[in-house]
Amino acid sequence: MPTLGDYLLVSGLLFSLGLAGVLLRRNLLIIFMSLELMLNAANLSLVAFARHGVTAFGLPDYNGQVLVFFIITVAAAEVAVGLAIIVALYRLRQSTHVEDLNRMKF
Amino acid sequence: MLTILFWVFSVLMLASAAAVVLFRNPVNSAMSLVLSFLALAALFVTLDAFFIGVIQVLVYAGAVMVLFLFIIMLLDLKAETRRRLNIAALAGGIAVLGGFVVLITHVVKSLPASTDHFPPLARTGYPDAYDIGMTLFSDFNLPFQIIGVLLLVSTVGVVFLSRRSLR
Repeated sequence: MPTLGDYLLVSGLLFSLGLAGVLLRRNLLIIFMSLELMLNAANLSLVAFARHGVTAFGLPDYNGQVLVFFIITVAAAEVAVGLAIIVALYRLRQSTHVEDLNRMKF
Repeated sequence: MLTILFWVFSVLMLASAAAVVLFRNPVNSAMSLVLSFLALAALFVTLDAFFIGVIQVLVYAGAVMVLFLFIIMLLDLKAETRRRLNIAALAGGIAVLGGFVVLITHVVKSLPASTDHFPPLARTGYPDAYDIGMTLFSDFNLPFQIIGVLLLVSTVGVVFLSRRSLR
């Protein structure tokens, strides 16, 4: 049987892969997808802890799962706004490459 | 059985997440991301979170990915051309990443509960949408309504951002 540590380790590795995407890729859309990976890693550890902390009734701790529900909702809103910003940026610059977007570079 | 499923879906999820980062063409990345989300939904089901698994498939693998693919097609992004590699940034990124993986592994290993098996549930296979709904509408009623306002605000924001002339 997989333990809590196994799930947390998988979640941590998924978060690291998302971080790798944000740090190493230069395409705005790929960076955005990697952000989604990081959010999902947080969701996985929340659900694992919810399954671990069984309540007195012998049910999973639903507070954790409700938090995951909220995170998924906020992530959906974030994707909609973020992609609208990327489209507006593309109209202005004809590029989604982060090195072409250096207007605010100090 | 559960152990086999856990490892199959974990490896599938991590492999397709790595493919998201490694693929050069954004469409390939988006398709790998769909696979990663589906494997993650399966992992949620192995944790007896059926409702969250279904929501994951509907919202992430459905709505969010359609949005991503729509934008990729709309912008007509070509595969990223090879640019001059910034060696210092690449080395720095890999160093930060390696340190992060070591840190996560160490923290998980030193957690006292990390070798615990999950306690058995009073009833398994029970559709948990009822219980989550009860929690959502009693203990989390105010946050739920605030989330509704957030969705409205983001809808208005998207409509404003996608106007032809942004003033």
